Amino acid sequence: MVDASAIGMRFRPTHARVEPGRFRFFLETLGETNPVYRDAEAAKAAGFAGQPIPPTYLFCLEMIDNDERFAILEALKVDIARILHGEQKFVYRAQVYVDDELTFASSVTDVQQKKGGALTMIDVTTRVTNQRGEPVADCVRVVVVRN
Amino acid sequence: MTVRLDDAKVGDAVVAKSFPAITRAKLALYAGASGDHNPIHIDSDFAKKAGFPDVFSHGMLVMGLLGQAVTDAVSPDRLRAFSTRFVAITQLGAAIACEGTVAELFEADGERRARLALTARDETGDVKLAGEAIVAL
Repeated sequence: MVDASAIGMRFRPTHARVEPGRFRFFLETLGETNPVYRDAEAAKAAGFAGQPIPPTYLFCLEMIDNDERFAILEALKVDIARILHGEQKFVYRAQVYVDDELTFASSVTDVQQKKGGALTMIDVTTRVTNQRGEPVADCVRVVVVRN
Repeated sequence: MTVRLDDAKVGDAVVAKSFPAITRAKLALYAGASGDHNPIHIDSDFAKKAGFPDVFSHGMLVMGLLGQAVTDAVSPDRLRAFSTRFVAITQLGAAIACEGTVAELFEADGERRARLALTARDETGDVKLAGEAIVAL
């Protein structure tokens, strides 16, 4: 069982480019028709410096080109069949655009036992920076483990 | 009926959008599109072995729909924060309806902001996601 000794654990940063074809596939899958995401000209007309990404796509980008998608779970020795997503938070610091290259640096920032140890809640905080080293977002996911 | 965010008062509904039922095909496509290949969402044998009646939706698919509802109402560059609790598992076939109301108007970092209280419910009215967005006005 994961316990408070995991707090502070850091994971190897992952990298992703906001690749336009894959981004288009994400928009199609979610049925997203907002022209500001789909059309570079519409984005420009709305005052954007590029094509912005929707608010949850950062979560996908952390995994999308990662050879070791579930490295965090493996490092924590958590069985993927036993997890649920408890909470997700994003704090946005700068706009991310198609073709940006992002770095995701994650660490365990909290561990709590619930329901007499039946559930463990693990907070994984991810700092996302762009190709200029600027912080673009902080993300926190709460992974719930059914022990 | 939603009102424009610029003119909104506390309690006003500013976000409202409904989506078609979540199918197995949607879950498969979302796994590919998102990079989240956890088989619990796409392989019913795996889901059953893990103790669930069937595959179920990625929480982030539903948060993606909620995000879509939010950025229909407010330009993405005005979003300062977005968070949700995944209150209950979103089952296969759920038709999600998203709503958002103004919970608070305040100033921070030199700009006027609104805190929107958000929900995503299934077709029976059960809350699946409850969260909030902070937006610049």
